[in-house]
Amino acid sequence: MRKAALHVAAGVLTLAAAAPALAGENDPLIINGQIEITTRTAAPAHLDGHLSEIRSGWTFRTDETQVMQMDDFDNPAMIYVDAATDAWNTVEGSADKSCASCHEGPESLAGFRATTPKWNAEAGAVWTQEMYVNNCRTERMGAEAWDWNGQDMRNMTALLASVSRGMPVNVAIDGPAAETWEKGREMYYTRFGQLELSCANCHEDNYDNLIRADHLSQGQINAFPAYRLKDTNLVSVHNRFRGCIRDTRAATFAVGSPEFIALELYVASRGNGLSVEGPSVRN
Amino acid sequence: MRTALASVVALTLCVGVAQADTITPEDVMFDYGEVAQSLTGTPGDAANGIKVMTNRGLGNCIACHQVTALEEYPYHGEVGPSLDGAGDRWTPEQLRGIVANAKEMFPDSIMPSFYKRSGYIRVGDAFTGKAPANESDITTLLTAQEIEDVVAFLVTLKD
Repeated sequence: MRKAALHVAAGVLTLAAAAPALAGENDPLIINGQIEITTRTAAPAHLDGHLSEIRSGWTFRTDETQVMQMDDFDNPAMIYVDAATDAWNTVEGSADKSCASCHEGPESLAGFRATTPKWNAEAGAVWTQEMYVNNCRTERMGAEAWDWNGQDMRNMTALLASVSRGMPVNVAIDGPAAETWEKGREMYYTRFGQLELSCANCHEDNYDNLIRADHLSQGQINAFPAYRLKDTNLVSVHNRFRGCIRDTRAATFAVGSPEFIALELYVASRGNGLSVEGPSVRN
Repeated sequence: MRTALASVVALTLCVGVAQADTITPEDVMFDYGEVAQSLTGTPGDAANGIKVMTNRGLGNCIACHQVTALEEYPYHGEVGPSLDGAGDRWTPEQLRGIVANAKEMFPDSIMPSFYKRSGYIRVGDAFTGKAPANESDITTLLTAQEIEDVVAFLVTLKD
């Protein structure tokens, strides 16, 4: 309820402040008239000059799609954030706890999205947001794990992204995460499937080009989860990976697989310096 | 060894259904990327070549290449070079080689190899995302005759 009122206030402010609500690829993305999003910035050093500038997928979309993300009132993904906020406060499991029991408000996890996937020393592995969420559920709440790609999990990742919006993506690629990162990098440049396409073929060598009617982006994941208009729902990072590799006529990898965890770390690192932007709106 | 055996079986099957003078993907002779000999011995049909080039389920060449002569078929891509004038720039033998397997002439090309059926990394069963029941069941993206048909159209593209 309070949230709805805030949305209204934000909507009014935006109407008052912004003149025509159109955006171009060089225009800044400011959400709700207040959260400034870095959609273009210098590429991180570890890209070794493969890209000079990194760009959010937002810069490749049409005006109509871009505008939907400029105000939470227009962003169809925000209903899932609201659903996750309810889930956040819901006591579940044998320990009689909700997320809020330990973390208070979701804002307490601001920055989490910006730094995941990250090395989990206790587990001795790189963990994504989904793994942390499920660990909380099974180990602290005594609740059932959520399906990695299920609605509940996608909603929760949207909420976690939303409280980090505007913060720079900054995943660590060195130290104990280096091995996983290297594995992800190798995948990025591997030409999979009968079409023999690597991620780089389209998203590094050909971004900004049309492939049939589709405007190729850099494949950045700073804005995930994304609300895809064609799916009319949130899409997780791994589900997008799965679809891309399937589209090379390959035997794709599973959501939550070690391969996709490695790829997620690597692709996230390619966006170090862009803002966390999810939940975003894409076509 | 098992793969070799499977190939032999596949070859035998292919020979059974295809015309006797169709050259199998494994037997295509590339010479600096060119293929001198027709893959089928049957002259290409340029009209069918257009269909192959514009149909998403076939070659879908315009997904990546702009072709002014095919303007009536919408959404031409920008990933590969325009094919306008391709018939002036390339010989039919070169065009055949490029369409069959562009990587013979341009090793790093993004262009898929349309007349190839093995040597892939994690090849799938078409767009299902699943592994094929048997990798030797993988068929070429285009048939030998479809390659000839595309070449027959491409040679008509003169500046």
